[in-house]
Amino acid sequence: MSSTGSSTVAAVPPVTEVPPPPSRWRGKAIALAFLTPAIFFLTVWVIYPAFRTLIRSFYSDQGGNFVWFENYEALFTDEQVQTAIKNNVIWILVVPAGVTALGLLFAVLTERVPWASAFKVAVFVPLAVSLFAVGVIWRIMYQQDPDRGAINAGIVAVQGIFTEQGALTTAKPSTDDLTGSPQGGLRLERTLAPGGVALLGLTAIKAGELPAEPEQAVTPQAIPDGITGVVWRDFKPGGGTPGEVEADEAGLGGVTVKLRSAETGDTLGSTTTEKDGSFAFDGVPTGNYRVAIGKETFAKPFQGFNWLGDSLITPSLLIAFLWVQAGFAMVITAAGLAAIPRDLQEAARTDGGSEWQVFRRITVPLLAPVLTVVLVTQIIGVLKVFDIVISIVPSSGRDSATVIAVEMYEKSFSGQNRFGFGAAISVFMFLLFVPFLIANIRRFRREN
Amino acid sequence: MRKHRLLLLLALLVGALSLLAAGCGGGDDESDEGAAGTTEAATTEAEESISGSIRIAGLWTGGEGDSFKAVLDGYRAKYPDVTVTYQPAGEDLPTILATGVEGGNPPDLASLSSPGVIKDFAERGALQPIDFATEGILENYSQSFVDLTTFDGKTYGVVFKGANKSTVWYNTQAFEDAGVEPPTTWDEFLEAGETLKASGVTPYSIGAADGWTLTDLFENVYLRTAGPEKYDQLATHEIPWTDESVKEALGEMAKVFGTDSIAGGTSSALQTDFPTSVTQVFTDPPKAAIVMEGDFVGTFINTETKAKVGEGADVFTFPSINDSPPVVVGAGDSIVMFKDSPAARAMIEYLATPEAAELWAKRGGFSSPNKSLDDSVYPDDTTRKLASELAQAETFRFDLSDLQPAALNDALFTELANFVKNPADIDGVSSKLEAAAVKAYK
Repeated sequence: MSSTGSSTVAAVPPVTEVPPPPSRWRGKAIALAFLTPAIFFLTVWVIYPAFRTLIRSFYSDQGGNFVWFENYEALFTDEQVQTAIKNNVIWILVVPAGVTALGLLFAVLTERVPWASAFKVAVFVPLAVSLFAVGVIWRIMYQQDPDRGAINAGIVAVQGIFTEQGALTTAKPSTDDLTGSPQGGLRLERTLAPGGVALLGLTAIKAGELPAEPEQAVTPQAIPDGITGVVWRDFKPGGGTPGEVEADEAGLGGVTVKLRSAETGDTLGSTTTEKDGSFAFDGVPTGNYRVAIGKETFAKPFQGFNWLGDSLITPSLLIAFLWVQAGFAMVITAAGLAAIPRDLQEAARTDGGSEWQVFRRITVPLLAPVLTVVLVTQIIGVLKVFDIVISIVPSSGRDSATVIAVEMYEKSFSGQNRFGFGAAISVFMFLLFVPFLIANIRRFRREN
Repeated sequence: MRKHRLLLLLALLVGALSLLAAGCGGGDDESDEGAAGTTEAATTEAEESISGSIRIAGLWTGGEGDSFKAVLDGYRAKYPDVTVTYQPAGEDLPTILATGVEGGNPPDLASLSSPGVIKDFAERGALQPIDFATEGILENYSQSFVDLTTFDGKTYGVVFKGANKSTVWYNTQAFEDAGVEPPTTWDEFLEAGETLKASGVTPYSIGAADGWTLTDLFENVYLRTAGPEKYDQLATHEIPWTDESVKEALGEMAKVFGTDSIAGGTSSALQTDFPTSVTQVFTDPPKAAIVMEGDFVGTFINTETKAKVGEGADVFTFPSINDSPPVVVGAGDSIVMFKDSPAARAMIEYLATPEAAELWAKRGGFSSPNKSLDDSVYPDDTTRKLASELAQAETFRFDLSDLQPAALNDALFTELANFVKNPADIDGVSSKLEAAAVKAYK
């Protein structure tokens, strides 16, 4: 700017050492005019709040009292802030490295697959969705109940192909006569000799598993050389008397009943109940027997992973975040990949280098500056991660999933009104950024 | 060529957005002014002595926001020279108020649901006392409501909207199938739970992802097992959270928390939010038969599920435990004043009148603690029954968690959620609550 200004007055008599004052003033005025809006907004929205926060952090929560470093001491005693710091460490260890690796992988792969653009768009799209919306989506997908959460629903669907679900998944014995547990199978504790009658009452059968056309359960007649019995829903409105086959209680058809030897426990035979719940084993020799319903009748469908529970919540958050950021890393890395000279790779291939060697010794080193950019951006992004945590974590899991930025918000704004402490957490966060900021500035300088 | 196309696209986008923004803004203005205009013409006794402008920040958004606007129209008709702006802040309200006070620019008036927060603001000198209105308030409210917002002898708010939280909602079909009648005692209630279980329906739906549903349950049990005096002592931390009475109440509560008694089991309940905890009771087949929450569940059933109160859904009063007399746990949104002005004072006085309450009550979804309000204005019998239980209650106690400092309130949410995970750990939960209380009350 100022050099072009001096050239216009070059014709004026030879006082070349001192540039003419009016033009210098003018150049500065123009520069100032261009800078003023930026300076104004930076001052109002960045510099003033930053200093105000710094000062605020030395005052008590309600303002008024100067408390020196009390708020900073609290950083090291407050349990939730401690958890937050631990969680942030996990985030820093996993996310930047994971995102960079995924980005590199996708970028290299998309160079070789057909439909590369479509693939790139699919990976990139999550970045175009607001992080909060992403959080809401994942929170719903992570629900444990397979009826609500898509991920568990998918797992259940796959699981369903390989394992069979029982006919009575929720049933329980109605009296203590039946022992064992539905998970391990139920058996009638009493031993029976030929001529005996077994009453196998079940309750807590859920709506979808009740017989569609209920048939009154009947106590079967005893037969001299066999064992008979009934499997029935031992419940009628109001409860009824447990252990008794009463009017309005339906038989349960299609249940597999087993006959076992009382001494050895070996299964000697099995049969299936009629619609009224009755069953019979004919031609049973003298001896003692037990009647049982195998555990496969009660086999429950897979209950789903507890994604939002204490132990899985942070990994769940990391997966969602990686899903979003992989697209960013892929685009940056792909741009870098397009810019590196191909002849080096060609040369290496001609010299007999394998693809893996070319990738490791040529591509990655050439991409290093780009990968650093991705890594540093991600570290900064992860240090201040907030929206995805707020939107995915239900309040019952907030304690185990919290991160520093969330704690800052919780302490100051969620009704606790601990502004002094909140300000101290902000300053602490800023201090964490400083090394990466310096590294970034240095890199910019070097590049210029 | 390509550049031009991009520019065109950008221009279209900006145009569309500004049209949208103008559309929304325009609509709002219109409805506000239109409403004010008609009511202005309708009233004859408009008081023109007061003028100015006031801003009210409130919790109520959506349908509730519209109802509150209808109440404000009544004020506008009375004081046509006052400009009233309503800022529906929803859940952000505490944040807006806290930052407004910190920055020296709070709204003139605000609705606050927690007396603990009101006390907090009052102690910081952010609120103006409303003693000028107490006489009028006492005419219409029972003393216990006035006491809620009175600190150091000065009254800081008037409870405008109440909530009866001693209610239990159930799926009538599930009760019928199991042959269960609405219980009146806790033992009957637990027995009904067992019968429901045997019939194949999970008895209880718990929205434990929202901590307040758990504190409401605890409060209802505690008020009945320990009695109102202990309740008051616990509310002010005169007795510790490790007191035997707390452990007894937790023990009763644990009877509900068996993993096969809660819809979806324990871990799923911890991810179930309040809205889901209601809707899953009224689906077909139901995931549970009973949801224990306040009168506002009724509106929610009518709008968000296929059932209607009276058709498929009904309500009974929270059962009595060990012959406890009828008691009501409730909540309420109070109007408080941050900036004193004649217009703001007039608003406080107006909102304490039965006329103001009526404007919302007849629209439904509202229980007024104003005992001068004629209960014939309520739209249906269920609302009327629950509202009069609240306004006429002999023993009314405010939601205990709302009376606590925010930090202890948070701890209550977390610890009760932990209690759902492990209902055997009564001692652990009570001692952790006590530790949090000591910290919060120091």
